[in-house]
Amino acid sequence: MTTTGRENVLTVSDVSKTFDTPEGPLHAVEGMSFTVQRGEFVSVIGPSGCGKSTLFSMIGGLEAATSGEVVIGNDRVSAPHPAISMVFQEESTFPWRTVSDNVAFPLEVAGVPKAERLQQADHFTRLVGLKGFEKRYPGELSGGMKQRVSIARALASEPKLLLMDEPFAALDEQTRLLLGDKVLQIQRDLEQTILLITHNITEAVQLSDRIVVMSYRPGRMKREIVIDLPRPRTSEIVSSDAFGRYVAMIWNDLREEATRGMQDAEGDA
Amino acid sequence: MTASRAFWPFVLRWGSVIGVLIIVEILVRYNILNQYVLPRPSEILGSLGRLVTEENVLGYFAITMLEVGVAAIGLIAIGIPFGIFLAYRHDFRHAWRDWIAGLAAAPVVLMYPLFLVVFGRGPMTITMIALVTGLPPVILNAMQGVNGTREVLLNVGRSFNLSSQQQFWKIVLPSALPQIFLGLRLGLIYTMITVVAVEYLITLGGLGQLVGELAERYDLAATYAAVCFVVGVSILFFVFLEWVERWLRLSA
Repeated sequence: MTTTGRENVLTVSDVSKTFDTPEGPLHAVEGMSFTVQRGEFVSVIGPSGCGKSTLFSMIGGLEAATSGEVVIGNDRVSAPHPAISMVFQEESTFPWRTVSDNVAFPLEVAGVPKAERLQQADHFTRLVGLKGFEKRYPGELSGGMKQRVSIARALASEPKLLLMDEPFAALDEQTRLLLGDKVLQIQRDLEQTILLITHNITEAVQLSDRIVVMSYRPGRMKREIVIDLPRPRTSEIVSSDAFGRYVAMIWNDLREEATRGMQDAEGDA
Repeated sequence: MTASRAFWPFVLRWGSVIGVLIIVEILVRYNILNQYVLPRPSEILGSLGRLVTEENVLGYFAITMLEVGVAAIGLIAIGIPFGIFLAYRHDFRHAWRDWIAGLAAAPVVLMYPLFLVVFGRGPMTITMIALVTGLPPVILNAMQGVNGTREVLLNVGRSFNLSSQQQFWKIVLPSALPQIFLGLRLGLIYTMITVVAVEYLITLGGLGQLVGELAERYDLAATYAAVCFVVGVSILFFVFLEWVERWLRLSA
Protein backbone atom coordinates (compact mmCIF):
# COMPACT_ATOMS: atom_id res chain seq x y z
CA MET A 1 0.00 0.00 0.00
CA THR A 2 1.07 3.57 -0.61
CA THR A 3 0.43 6.85 1.21
CA THR A 4 -2.50 7.45 -1.16
CA GLY A 5 -4.03 4.21 0.11
CA ARG A 6 -3.90 2.64 -3.33
CA GLU A 7 -2.16 -0.64 -4.04
CA ASN A 8 1.07 -0.56 -6.05
CA VAL A 9 0.42 -2.64 -9.15
CA LEU A 10 3.93 -2.16 -10.54
CA THR A 11 7.18 -1.41 -8.77
CA VAL A 12 10.32 -0.70 -10.75
CA SER A 13 13.31 -0.67 -8.35
CA ASP A 14 16.73 0.56 -9.39
CA VAL A 15 16.53 -1.16 -12.77
CA SER A 16 19.55 -0.95 -15.07
CA LYS A 17 20.37 -2.49 -18.40
CA THR A 18 23.79 -2.66 -20.04
CA PHE A 19 24.42 -4.09 -23.50
CA ASP A 20 27.77 -5.44 -24.59
CA THR A 21 28.70 -3.88 -27.92
CA PRO A 22 31.88 -4.06 -30.03
CA GLU A 23 32.61 -0.49 -28.85
CA GLY A 24 32.30 -1.52 -25.19
CA PRO A 25 29.41 -1.65 -22.69
CA LEU A 26 26.40 0.50 -23.55
CA HIS A 27 24.42 1.66 -20.51
CA ALA A 28 20.90 1.90 -21.93
CA VAL A 29 18.99 2.31 -18.65
CA GLU A 30 20.46 3.16 -15.26
CA GLY A 31 18.85 3.08 -11.83
CA MET A 32 15.22 3.61 -12.91
CA SER A 33 12.78 3.49 -10.00
CA PHE A 34 9.08 4.33 -9.96
CA THR A 35 5.73 2.80 -9.10
CA VAL A 36 2.32 2.60 -10.77
CA GLN A 37 -0.73 2.41 -8.53
CA ARG A 38 -3.99 0.62 -9.23
CA GLY A 39 -6.19 2.54 -11.67
CA GLU A 40 -3.44 5.03 -12.47
CA PHE A 41 -2.31 6.17 -15.92
CA VAL A 42 1.44 6.75 -15.89
CA SER A 43 3.57 7.74 -18.85
CA VAL A 44 7.32 7.39 -19.25
CA ILE A 45 8.63 10.01 -21.63
CA GLY A 46 12.07 10.61 -22.99
CA PRO A 47 13.95 11.52 -26.17
CA SER A 48 14.69 8.95 -28.89
CA GLY A 49 17.43 6.56 -27.82
CA CYS A 50 16.98 7.08 -24.09
CA GLY A 51 16.15 3.43 -23.41
CA LYS A 52 12.34 3.69 -23.26
CA SER A 53 11.80 0.59 -25.36
CA THR A 54 14.43 -1.31 -23.35
CA LEU A 55 12.54 -0.35 -20.20
CA PHE A 56 9.30 -1.53 -21.84
CA SER A 57 10.90 -4.90 -22.66
CA MET A 58 12.20 -5.31 -19.12
CA ILE A 59 8.85 -4.48 -17.52
CA GLY A 60 7.11 -6.81 -19.98
CA GLY A 61 9.57 -9.60 -19.15
CA LEU A 62 10.86 -9.81 -22.72
CA GLU A 63 14.33 -8.82 -21.63
CA ALA A 64 16.16 -9.36 -18.33
CA ALA A 65 17.46 -6.39 -16.37
CA THR A 66 21.18 -6.29 -15.69
CA SER A 67 20.40 -5.21 -12.12
CA GLY A 68 17.40 -4.11 -10.08
CA GLU A 69 13.94 -5.65 -10.17
CA VAL A 70 10.48 -5.24 -11.63
CA VAL A 71 7.62 -6.43 -9.42
CA ILE A 72 4.00 -6.87 -10.51
CA GLY A 73 1.69 -7.39 -7.53
CA ASN A 74 3.92 -9.55 -5.37
CA ASP A 75 5.72 -11.35 -8.22
CA ARG A 76 9.14 -10.48 -9.50
CA VAL A 77 9.05 -10.27 -13.30
CA SER A 78 11.62 -12.55 -14.90
CA ALA A 79 9.58 -13.57 -17.95
CA PRO A 80 6.32 -12.34 -19.52
CA HIS A 81 3.79 -12.24 -16.69
CA PRO A 82 0.08 -13.03 -17.16
CA ALA A 83 -0.84 -9.89 -15.21
CA ILE A 84 0.81 -7.68 -17.85
CA SER A 85 -0.51 -7.25 -21.39
CA MET A 86 1.51 -5.42 -23.96
CA VAL A 87 0.64 -3.21 -26.91
CA PHE A 88 3.56 -2.73 -29.25
CA GLN A 89 4.69 0.25 -31.28
CA GLU A 90 4.72 -1.73 -34.52
CA GLU A 91 1.49 -2.96 -36.04
CA SER A 92 1.08 -6.39 -34.45
CA THR A 93 -2.26 -7.85 -35.45
CA PHE A 94 -2.24 -11.33 -36.99
CA PRO A 95 -3.14 -10.77 -40.67
CA TRP A 96 -4.54 -14.30 -41.07
CA ARG A 97 -7.10 -13.84 -38.27
CA THR A 98 -10.28 -11.79 -38.29
CA VAL A 99 -10.66 -8.92 -35.83
CA SER A 100 -12.71 -11.17 -33.56
CA ASP A 101 -10.16 -14.01 -33.70
CA ASN A 102 -7.31 -11.56 -33.07
CA VAL A 103 -9.02 -10.21 -29.97
CA ALA A 104 -9.88 -13.73 -28.78
CA PHE A 105 -6.27 -14.89 -29.19
CA PRO A 106 -5.17 -14.71 -25.51
CA LEU A 107 -8.39 -16.46 -24.47
CA GLU A 108 -7.81 -19.19 -27.05
CA VAL A 109 -4.29 -19.71 -25.70
CA ALA A 110 -5.71 -19.86 -22.18
CA GLY A 111 -8.09 -22.63 -23.30
CA VAL A 112 -11.36 -20.69 -22.97
CA PRO A 113 -14.14 -22.51 -24.93
CA LYS A 114 -14.81 -21.04 -28.36
CA ALA A 115 -18.31 -19.68 -27.75
CA GLU A 116 -17.26 -17.98 -24.54
CA ARG A 117 -14.10 -16.46 -25.95
CA LEU A 118 -15.88 -15.10 -29.01
CA GLN A 119 -18.49 -13.53 -26.74
CA GLN A 120 -15.75 -11.88 -24.68
CA ALA A 121 -13.92 -10.84 -27.85
CA ASP A 122 -17.10 -9.13 -29.07
CA HIS A 123 -17.29 -7.23 -25.79
CA PHE A 124 -13.73 -5.89 -26.11
CA THR A 125 -14.16 -5.22 -29.83
CA ARG A 126 -17.18 -3.04 -28.99
CA LEU A 127 -15.22 -1.37 -26.21
CA VAL A 128 -12.58 -0.11 -28.65
CA GLY A 129 -15.28 1.05 -31.06
CA LEU A 130 -14.93 -1.63 -33.72
CA LYS A 131 -18.45 -3.04 -33.59
CA GLY A 132 -19.40 -4.21 -37.08
CA PHE A 133 -15.80 -5.03 -38.01
CA GLU A 134 -15.61 -8.37 -36.17
CA LYS A 135 -15.36 -10.46 -39.34
CA ARG A 136 -12.94 -8.16 -41.15
CA TYR A 137 -9.27 -8.97 -41.59
CA PRO A 138 -6.53 -6.51 -40.50
CA GLY A 139 -5.65 -5.88 -44.15
CA GLU A 140 -9.06 -4.26 -44.53
CA LEU A 141 -8.55 -1.82 -41.61
CA SER A 142 -6.78 1.53 -41.20
CA GLY A 143 -3.66 1.91 -39.05
CA GLY A 144 -5.68 3.38 -36.15
CA MET A 145 -8.20 0.55 -36.30
CA LYS A 146 -5.44 -2.05 -36.27
CA GLN A 147 -3.96 -0.49 -33.14
CA ARG A 148 -7.41 -0.60 -31.54
CA VAL A 149 -7.53 -4.33 -32.33
CA SER A 150 -4.16 -4.71 -30.58
CA ILE A 151 -5.48 -2.81 -27.56
CA ALA A 152 -8.64 -4.94 -27.46
CA ARG A 153 -6.52 -8.11 -27.70
CA ALA A 154 -4.34 -6.91 -24.82
CA LEU A 155 -7.42 -6.05 -22.73
CA ALA A 156 -9.06 -9.41 -23.44
CA SER A 157 -6.67 -11.17 -21.09
CA GLU A 158 -7.92 -8.79 -18.35
CA PRO A 159 -4.44 -7.73 -17.23
CA LYS A 160 -3.60 -5.91 -14.02
CA LEU A 161 -1.34 -3.65 -16.06
CA LEU A 162 -1.73 -2.58 -19.67
CA LEU A 163 1.76 -1.76 -20.93
CA MET A 164 1.91 0.27 -24.14
CA ASP A 165 5.00 1.18 -26.14
CA GLU A 166 4.28 4.23 -28.32
CA PRO A 167 1.15 2.58 -29.71
CA PHE A 168 0.13 5.66 -31.71
CA ALA A 169 3.58 6.53 -33.06
CA ALA A 170 2.75 5.57 -36.63
CA LEU A 171 -0.57 7.45 -36.70
CA ASP A 172 -1.40 10.98 -37.80
CA GLU A 173 -2.00 13.64 -35.13
CA GLN A 174 -5.81 13.74 -35.45
CA THR A 175 -6.17 9.97 -35.20
CA ARG A 176 -3.74 10.00 -32.30
CA LEU A 177 -5.85 12.54 -30.35
CA LEU A 178 -9.08 10.64 -31.03
CA LEU A 179 -7.51 7.33 -30.08
CA GLY A 180 -6.29 9.02 -26.92
CA ASP A 181 -9.92 9.80 -26.10
CA LYS A 182 -10.81 6.15 -26.69
CA VAL A 183 -8.02 4.97 -24.38
CA LEU A 184 -9.13 7.42 -21.68
CA GLN A 185 -12.70 6.16 -21.96
CA ILE A 186 -11.56 2.53 -21.72
CA GLN A 187 -9.38 3.32 -18.72
CA ARG A 188 -12.33 5.01 -17.01
CA ASP A 189 -14.78 2.20 -17.82
CA LEU A 190 -12.46 -0.64 -16.76
CA GLU A 191 -10.50 1.27 -14.10
CA GLN A 192 -7.53 -0.09 -15.97
CA THR A 193 -3.98 0.56 -14.77
CA ILE A 194 -1.91 1.74 -17.72
CA LEU A 195 1.77 2.43 -18.26
CA LEU A 196 2.49 4.25 -21.51
CA ILE A 197 5.96 4.59 -23.00
CA THR A 198 6.07 7.54 -25.37
CA HIS A 199 8.16 10.35 -26.80
CA ASN A 200 5.09 12.49 -27.51
CA ILE A 201 4.61 15.23 -24.89
CA THR A 202 1.03 16.13 -25.92
CA GLU A 203 -0.06 12.52 -25.76
CA ALA A 204 1.56 12.01 -22.36
CA VAL A 205 -0.09 15.12 -20.83
CA GLN A 206 -3.47 14.37 -22.44
CA LEU A 207 -3.63 10.87 -20.98
CA SER A 208 -1.60 10.70 -17.78
CA ASP A 209 -2.03 11.13 -14.07
CA ARG A 210 1.72 11.14 -13.69
CA ILE A 211 4.67 11.45 -16.08
CA VAL A 212 8.14 10.05 -15.52
CA VAL A 213 10.69 12.03 -17.55
CA MET A 214 13.83 10.15 -18.63
CA SER A 215 17.22 11.58 -19.46
CA TYR A 216 19.11 10.74 -22.65
CA ARG A 217 21.52 7.79 -22.55
CA PRO A 218 21.95 6.29 -20.07
CA GLY A 219 18.22 6.52 -19.43
CA ARG A 220 17.75 7.73 -15.87
CA MET A 221 14.71 9.19 -14.16
CA LYS A 222 15.07 12.94 -14.49
CA ARG A 223 11.81 14.10 -12.98
CA GLU A 224 8.34 12.92 -12.03
CA ILE A 225 5.45 15.26 -12.76
CA VAL A 226 1.90 14.89 -11.43
CA ILE A 227 -0.61 16.04 -14.04
CA ASP A 228 -3.31 17.81 -12.12
CA LEU A 229 -5.85 18.21 -14.91
CA PRO A 230 -9.53 17.43 -14.36
CA ARG A 231 -10.99 14.02 -15.19
CA PRO A 232 -12.87 12.75 -17.11
CA ARG A 233 -10.69 14.15 -19.85
CA THR A 234 -11.01 14.34 -23.60
CA SER A 235 -8.77 15.69 -26.32
CA GLU A 236 -10.45 19.10 -25.80
CA ILE A 237 -8.09 19.51 -22.84
CA VAL A 238 -5.22 20.23 -25.26
CA SER A 239 -6.53 23.76 -25.82
CA SER A 240 -6.49 24.70 -22.11
CA ASP A 241 -3.82 26.98 -20.56
CA ALA A 242 -2.95 24.42 -17.89
CA PHE A 243 -2.28 21.83 -20.58
CA GLY A 244 0.04 24.24 -22.36
CA ARG A 245 1.94 24.91 -19.13
CA TYR A 246 2.53 21.17 -18.56
CA VAL A 247 3.69 20.72 -22.15
CA ALA A 248 6.12 23.65 -21.79
CA MET A 249 7.41 22.32 -18.47
CA ILE A 250 8.12 18.88 -19.91
CA TRP A 251 9.64 20.31 -23.07
CA ASN A 252 12.03 22.36 -20.90
CA ASP A 253 13.16 19.11 -19.30
CA LEU A 254 13.38 17.22 -22.56
CA ARG A 255 14.96 19.87 -24.79
CA GLU A 256 18.41 19.49 -23.28
CA GLU A 257 18.17 15.67 -23.45
CA ALA A 258 16.85 15.66 -27.02
CA THR A 259 19.67 18.02 -28.06
CA ARG A 260 22.23 15.63 -26.57
CA GLY A 261 20.60 12.76 -28.44
CA MET A 262 20.69 14.68 -31.70
CA GLN A 263 24.36 15.63 -31.23
CA ASP A 264 25.15 11.98 -30.54
CA ALA A 265 23.35 10.89 -33.71
CA GLU A 266 25.17 13.54 -35.79
CA GLY A 267 28.48 12.43 -34.26
CA ASP A 268 27.71 8.81 -35.23
CA ALA A 269 26.87 9.86 -38.78
CA MET B 1 -18.13 -2.09 -57.28
CA THR B 2 -16.69 -5.45 -56.17
CA ALA B 3 -18.54 -7.25 -58.98
CA SER B 4 -17.13 -4.90 -61.62
CA ARG B 5 -13.65 -5.26 -60.08
CA ALA B 6 -13.89 -9.01 -60.53
CA PHE B 7 -15.65 -8.81 -63.92
CA TRP B 8 -13.01 -6.90 -65.92
CA PRO B 9 -10.02 -9.05 -64.94
CA PHE B 10 -12.17 -12.09 -65.80
CA VAL B 11 -13.01 -10.65 -69.23
CA LEU B 12 -9.40 -9.63 -69.79
CA ARG B 13 -8.05 -13.03 -68.71
CA TRP B 14 -10.23 -15.10 -71.05
CA GLY B 15 -10.61 -12.39 -73.70
CA SER B 16 -6.82 -12.22 -74.22
CA VAL B 17 -6.59 -16.00 -74.64
CA ILE B 18 -9.53 -16.12 -77.06
CA GLY B 19 -8.12 -13.08 -78.90
CA VAL B 20 -4.72 -14.74 -79.41
CA LEU B 21 -6.40 -17.96 -80.60
CA ILE B 22 -8.51 -16.04 -83.14
CA ILE B 23 -5.44 -14.17 -84.45
CA VAL B 24 -3.47 -17.44 -84.80
CA GLU B 25 -6.49 -19.07 -86.50
CA ILE B 26 -6.61 -16.25 -89.08
CA LEU B 27 -2.82 -16.26 -89.61
CA VAL B 28 -2.80 -20.02 -90.25
CA ARG B 29 -5.93 -19.97 -92.46
CA TYR B 30 -4.34 -17.32 -94.69
CA ASN B 31 -1.00 -19.22 -94.76
CA ILE B 32 0.88 -16.41 -92.99
CA LEU B 33 1.84 -19.07 -90.44
CA ASN B 34 2.80 -22.48 -91.79
CA GLN B 35 0.06 -25.01 -90.99
CA TYR B 36 2.62 -27.83 -91.11
CA VAL B 37 4.37 -26.23 -88.12
CA LEU B 38 1.37 -24.85 -86.27
CA PRO B 39 -2.11 -26.29 -86.88
CA ARG B 40 -5.23 -24.13 -86.59
CA PRO B 41 -6.41 -23.67 -82.96
CA SER B 42 -9.85 -24.95 -84.01
CA GLU B 43 -8.18 -28.11 -85.27
CA ILE B 44 -6.25 -28.47 -82.00
CA LEU B 45 -9.44 -28.05 -79.96
CA GLY B 46 -11.15 -30.60 -82.21
CA SER B 47 -8.39 -33.10 -81.45
CA LEU B 48 -8.98 -32.94 -77.71
CA GLY B 49 -11.88 -35.38 -78.00
CA ARG B 50 -9.74 -37.71 -80.11
CA LEU B 51 -7.09 -37.71 -77.38
CA VAL B 52 -9.65 -39.15 -74.98
CA THR B 53 -11.29 -41.67 -77.31
CA GLU B 54 -8.34 -42.86 -79.41
CA GLU B 55 -5.14 -42.02 -77.57
CA ASN B 56 -6.10 -42.95 -73.99
CA VAL B 57 -4.97 -39.54 -72.72
CA LEU B 58 -6.60 -40.21 -69.34
CA GLY B 59 -4.46 -43.31 -68.84
CA TYR B 60 -1.27 -41.34 -69.64
CA PHE B 61 -2.55 -38.52 -67.44
CA ALA B 62 -3.01 -40.95 -64.52
CA ILE B 63 0.60 -42.14 -64.86
CA THR B 64 1.95 -38.55 -64.97
CA MET B 65 -0.21 -37.53 -62.02
CA LEU B 66 0.96 -40.55 -60.04
CA GLU B 67 4.58 -39.58 -60.63
CA VAL B 68 3.91 -35.92 -59.87
CA GLY B 69 1.85 -36.91 -56.83
CA VAL B 70 4.58 -39.11 -55.35
CA ALA B 71 7.16 -36.36 -55.99
CA ALA B 72 4.77 -33.80 -54.43
CA ILE B 73 4.43 -35.93 -51.31
CA GLY B 74 8.22 -36.00 -51.17
CA LEU B 75 8.38 -32.20 -51.56
CA ILE B 76 5.93 -31.73 -48.70
CA ALA B 77 7.32 -34.45 -46.45
CA ILE B 78 11.01 -33.66 -46.99
CA GLY B 79 11.24 -30.11 -48.34
CA ILE B 80 9.04 -28.22 -45.86
CA PRO B 81 10.34 -29.87 -42.65
CA PHE B 82 13.91 -29.56 -43.90
CA GLY B 83 13.41 -25.86 -44.70
CA ILE B 84 11.95 -25.29 -41.23
CA PHE B 85 14.86 -27.19 -39.68
CA LEU B 86 17.34 -24.95 -41.52
CA ALA B 87 15.43 -21.86 -40.39
CA TYR B 88 15.90 -22.83 -36.76
CA ARG B 89 19.47 -24.12 -37.11
CA HIS B 90 21.72 -21.22 -37.93
CA ASP B 91 24.84 -23.41 -38.34
CA PHE B 92 23.28 -25.83 -40.84
CA ARG B 93 21.60 -22.96 -42.68
CA HIS B 94 24.89 -21.16 -43.25
CA ALA B 95 26.62 -24.38 -44.22
CA TRP B 96 24.06 -25.58 -46.76
CA ARG B 97 22.01 -22.65 -48.02
CA ASP B 98 24.33 -21.82 -50.90
CA TRP B 99 24.56 -25.45 -52.01
CA ILE B 100 20.77 -25.72 -52.11
CA ALA B 101 20.50 -22.45 -54.04
CA GLY B 102 23.11 -23.83 -56.45
CA LEU B 103 21.11 -27.01 -56.89
CA ALA B 104 18.04 -24.89 -57.71
CA ALA B 105 19.93 -23.40 -60.66
CA ALA B 106 21.42 -26.71 -61.85
CA PRO B 107 19.92 -28.48 -64.92
CA VAL B 108 19.26 -31.68 -62.96
CA VAL B 109 17.18 -33.08 -65.81
CA LEU B 110 20.36 -33.50 -67.87
CA MET B 111 21.57 -35.99 -65.28
CA TYR B 112 18.84 -38.45 -66.26
CA PRO B 113 21.35 -41.09 -67.43
CA LEU B 114 22.78 -41.23 -63.91
CA PHE B 115 19.30 -41.63 -62.42
CA LEU B 116 18.56 -44.37 -64.98
CA VAL B 117 21.62 -46.26 -63.79
CA VAL B 118 20.72 -45.85 -60.11
CA PHE B 119 16.92 -46.35 -60.23
CA GLY B 120 16.43 -48.30 -63.50
CA ARG B 121 14.20 -47.48 -66.46
CA GLY B 122 10.94 -46.97 -64.61
CA PRO B 123 8.65 -44.46 -62.92
CA MET B 124 10.99 -44.32 -59.91
CA THR B 125 13.66 -42.60 -62.02
CA ILE B 126 11.20 -39.98 -63.25
CA THR B 127 9.86 -39.38 -59.75
CA MET B 128 13.33 -39.06 -58.22
CA ILE B 129 14.60 -36.59 -60.87
CA ALA B 130 11.43 -34.55 -60.41
CA LEU B 131 11.80 -34.61 -56.63
CA VAL B 132 15.44 -33.47 -56.72
CA THR B 133 14.49 -30.69 -59.15
CA GLY B 134 11.53 -29.52 -57.07
CA LEU B 135 13.12 -29.65 -53.61
CA PRO B 136 15.38 -26.56 -53.61
CA PRO B 137 12.65 -23.90 -54.01
CA VAL B 138 10.50 -25.66 -51.41
CA ILE B 139 13.37 -25.82 -48.89
CA LEU B 140 14.57 -22.26 -49.50
CA ASN B 141 11.12 -20.71 -49.31
CA ALA B 142 10.11 -22.66 -46.20
CA MET B 143 13.33 -21.46 -44.57
CA GLN B 144 12.79 -17.85 -45.60
CA GLY B 145 9.13 -17.96 -44.57
CA VAL B 146 9.97 -19.07 -41.04
CA ASN B 147 12.93 -16.69 -40.71
CA GLY B 148 10.80 -13.86 -42.06
CA THR B 149 8.24 -14.03 -39.26
CA ARG B 150 8.01 -10.48 -37.92
CA GLU B 151 9.72 -10.05 -34.57
CA VAL B 152 6.76 -8.12 -33.17
CA LEU B 153 4.41 -11.07 -33.82
CA LEU B 154 6.80 -13.36 -31.96
CA ASN B 155 6.86 -10.82 -29.12
CA VAL B 156 3.06 -10.84 -29.01
CA GLY B 157 3.23 -14.61 -28.58
CA ARG B 158 5.88 -14.31 -25.89
CA SER B 159 3.87 -11.63 -24.11
CA PHE B 160 0.99 -14.11 -23.84
CA ASN B 161 3.35 -16.79 -22.52
CA LEU B 162 3.00 -19.12 -25.49
CA SER B 163 5.02 -22.32 -25.31
CA SER B 164 7.50 -22.82 -28.15
CA GLN B 165 5.10 -25.33 -29.74
CA GLN B 166 2.17 -22.88 -29.53
CA GLN B 167 4.44 -20.15 -30.87
CA PHE B 168 5.23 -22.33 -33.89
CA TRP B 169 1.71 -23.56 -34.68
CA LYS B 170 -0.17 -20.35 -33.91
CA ILE B 171 2.26 -17.68 -35.11
CA VAL B 172 5.31 -18.87 -37.04
CA LEU B 173 3.59 -21.37 -39.33
CA PRO B 174 0.58 -19.25 -40.35
CA SER B 175 2.88 -16.27 -40.86
CA ALA B 176 5.21 -18.37 -43.04
CA LEU B 177 2.46 -20.13 -45.01
CA PRO B 178 2.32 -17.72 -47.99
CA GLN B 179 6.07 -18.12 -48.55
CA ILE B 180 5.91 -21.89 -47.97
CA PHE B 181 3.16 -22.17 -50.57
CA LEU B 182 5.10 -19.96 -52.95
CA GLY B 183 7.95 -22.46 -52.67
CA LEU B 184 5.58 -25.37 -53.04
CA ARG B 185 4.05 -23.87 -56.18
CA LEU B 186 7.50 -23.29 -57.68
CA GLY B 187 8.62 -26.78 -56.65
CA LEU B 188 5.53 -28.35 -58.22
CA ILE B 189 6.01 -26.37 -61.42
CA TYR B 190 9.58 -27.70 -61.65
CA THR B 191 8.34 -31.19 -60.76
CA MET B 192 5.59 -31.16 -63.37
CA ILE B 193 7.91 -29.84 -66.11
CA THR B 194 10.58 -32.39 -65.19
CA VAL B 195 8.18 -35.33 -65.12
CA VAL B 196 6.79 -34.53 -68.57
CA ALA B 197 10.25 -33.74 -69.95
CA VAL B 198 11.83 -36.97 -68.69
CA GLU B 199 8.83 -39.03 -69.88
CA TYR B 200 9.40 -37.44 -73.28
CA LEU B 201 13.18 -38.00 -73.19
CA ILE B 202 13.10 -41.67 -72.22
CA THR B 203 9.71 -42.37 -73.84
CA LEU B 204 8.36 -43.89 -70.69
CA GLY B 205 5.13 -43.31 -68.85
CA GLY B 206 2.60 -40.55 -69.16
CA LEU B 207 1.79 -37.37 -71.01
CA GLY B 208 5.41 -36.74 -72.05
CA GLN B 209 5.52 -40.08 -73.81
CA LEU B 210 2.15 -39.36 -75.46
CA VAL B 211 3.40 -35.99 -76.75
CA GLY B 212 6.54 -37.70 -78.07
CA GLU B 213 4.60 -40.46 -79.84
CA LEU B 214 2.15 -38.01 -81.42
CA ALA B 215 5.04 -35.83 -82.60
CA GLU B 216 6.75 -38.85 -84.14
CA ARG B 217 3.55 -39.69 -85.98
CA TYR B 218 3.48 -36.05 -87.10
CA ASP B 219 -0.05 -35.71 -85.72
CA LEU B 220 0.53 -32.05 -84.95
CA ALA B 221 -3.02 -31.16 -83.94
CA ALA B 222 -3.10 -33.97 -81.37
CA THR B 223 0.45 -33.10 -80.21
CA TYR B 224 -0.57 -29.51 -79.47
CA ALA B 225 -3.82 -30.72 -77.94
CA ALA B 226 -1.80 -32.95 -75.57
CA VAL B 227 0.42 -30.00 -74.65
CA CYS B 228 -2.72 -27.91 -73.98
CA PHE B 229 -4.01 -30.74 -71.82
CA VAL B 230 -0.80 -30.61 -69.73
CA VAL B 231 -1.15 -26.82 -69.36
CA GLY B 232 -4.80 -27.18 -68.33
CA VAL B 233 -3.92 -29.80 -65.73
CA SER B 234 -1.20 -27.52 -64.33
CA ILE B 235 -3.62 -24.62 -64.00
CA LEU B 236 -6.18 -26.76 -62.15
CA PHE B 237 -3.44 -28.06 -59.91
CA PHE B 238 -2.38 -24.57 -58.85
CA VAL B 239 -5.93 -23.35 -58.34
CA PHE B 240 -6.34 -26.30 -55.97
CA LEU B 241 -3.11 -25.34 -54.15
CA GLU B 242 -4.29 -21.76 -53.66
CA TRP B 243 -7.50 -23.07 -52.18
CA VAL B 244 -5.57 -25.34 -49.76
CA GLU B 245 -3.34 -22.41 -48.72
CA ARG B 246 -6.33 -20.19 -47.95
CA TRP B 247 -8.02 -22.97 -46.00
CA LEU B 248 -4.88 -23.68 -43.96
CA ARG B 249 -4.35 -20.01 -43.07
CA LEU B 250 -7.95 -19.60 -41.98
CA SER B 251 -7.83 -22.68 -39.79
CA ALA B 252 -4.55 -21.63 -38.08
